[in-house]
Amino acid sequence: MRPATILSLGLISLGAVIVMLPFVWMVSVSLKPREEIFTPDVFLLPRQPTLSNYWTVLTETDITFYLLNGAIVTLGILVLQIAISVPCAFALAHRRFAGRGLLFGAIVAALLVPFHVTAIPIFLGFSQIGILNTYTALIVPFVATAFGLFLLRQAFAQIPAELIDAARIDGMSEMGIAWRVAFPLGMPTVIAFAIFSVTAHWNDLFWPLIATTDPGLATPPRGILYFRDQESGDDIGPLMAGATLVTAPLILAFLLAQRRFTQGLAGAGIKR
Amino acid sequence: MLRRAVIDLVLVGPAALALVVFIFLPVAVVVVLSFTDYQFGATRFEWVGLGNYADLFGSRLGRNALINTLVYAAIVIPASVGLGLLVALGLHGIAHTVPRVSAVLRAVYFLPVAATLVAMAVAWQMLLHPSLGLVNQWLAGLGLPSRQWLSDRGLVLYTLAAIGVWQSVGYNMVLFLAGLAAIPPTLYDAAAVDGAEGGWSRFWVVTWPMLGPTTLFVMIVTAANAFRVFETVATMTQGGPAFASDTIVYALYREGFVYFKAGYASAITVVFFAALLLLTAIQIAVVERRVHYR
Repeated sequence: MRPATILSLGLISLGAVIVMLPFVWMVSVSLKPREEIFTPDVFLLPRQPTLSNYWTVLTETDITFYLLNGAIVTLGILVLQIAISVPCAFALAHRRFAGRGLLFGAIVAALLVPFHVTAIPIFLGFSQIGILNTYTALIVPFVATAFGLFLLRQAFAQIPAELIDAARIDGMSEMGIAWRVAFPLGMPTVIAFAIFSVTAHWNDLFWPLIATTDPGLATPPRGILYFRDQESGDDIGPLMAGATLVTAPLILAFLLAQRRFTQGLAGAGIKR
Repeated sequence: MLRRAVIDLVLVGPAALALVVFIFLPVAVVVVLSFTDYQFGATRFEWVGLGNYADLFGSRLGRNALINTLVYAAIVIPASVGLGLLVALGLHGIAHTVPRVSAVLRAVYFLPVAATLVAMAVAWQMLLHPSLGLVNQWLAGLGLPSRQWLSDRGLVLYTLAAIGVWQSVGYNMVLFLAGLAAIPPTLYDAAAVDGAEGGWSRFWVVTWPMLGPTTLFVMIVTAANAFRVFETVATMTQGGPAFASDTIVYALYREGFVYFKAGYASAITVVFFAALLLLTAIQIAVVERRVHYR
């Protein structure tokens, strides 16, 4: 190895240690017994690791409900997003209809609107019809996904028109072609979008903070804050165990499917 | 003909309706609300013209949130883009000699992007805890004074900016790695023929100009994300102490959903949106220029 290689390897490794520090600290504190946390001499790693904090957080707090709520909300959003986006993206790519150009223009324009901009009117509307503090309120605003429509339209446009026509001649309905031909062929894009959507909504704090005040509906980030604000500063071990449990699903998924994750999340660059 | 129209409507209708109801209508409503003094729950409102905007730019608190956001962005953009580029260059350079190590390091840098930011902010809070945190312990070990990272008014915004950099470096690294992979190796050969042999001259003659469009794109994306900073503020400081870490999206949240001042919060929203649109306009201008490079 050349000296330059060793130098850059050393510097990048040093940076990687700093990047890892909060992760290591979170897991380490979550494994520490109480007396190792509240002590004047703090060590990076636990000397007598224990799982008792995980036991405490799982049995004495609502963390399992937060995780369950997170799963309900993120999957609910994803399923509805795909259900309405696939037929629309298919029509945009393979059908001619009045207003097609207008609709595509509207989708590109909608890409420019971050969710924060629409929050106040949506909150007002939901409060009028009395659906704040429901799963519906957490899920429905995200069903309109310009990003998903855009990505799927681009993917479906790659499918040769002859293939679509052949399916038509075989007597398939248009809805049938959208779901049984276009959807499977566009699967890599669907997966990239799914990773983006699940990550964004599992991690979101802004809307759950606004739309719900009921702790029973808390998604994982909201739940972590309830947990932290309830305790008076002496439950740090269980708090870190909770934070670890909330972060674990996405981190594990990322480690198992790094390439797809990187593509799914980096593709989001177009959205911003 | 009618049958065709019905089919189109069934395919396109739900998505189009959702876009109108949850994106276009709310944008129109928020602009209208920004000219009123409406409060959530009130039965009536008055038109106040540009009054909310005058309050935002005229009050100490409003200007403070705008300035804090700009300071935060002014730190995060260069630091995160610069570090992302350095890491990408380093990893690209060692990818052939030590491919496994390079892949592991890339994954490590990307971890904060996939992690739940609120949970990580809670972990950072512990890391920076005045007495039980590791950072102050290590400072003490080095004989340096300990700091109140999150409750010192002069320090808190920089602490948050550092965490913002920590969170976004990996994302920028990935974009730069893609940019580096797209540079044709023949360009380096050509540069070598022209006498650019060393690492530095190769960088300035080939890499940097070829990365130009990527760099601008990364800067815009980072800027847009920096303007939206919310999770870390809401988790760690709630804009405090004494509004020292108040930012535009946090102010939007507080004024709108804690104090229920819908009109004023709408004006904050419109200003935030206008700033992001300006960034997008720059991005489009940049993409137009990109043609000249390829």
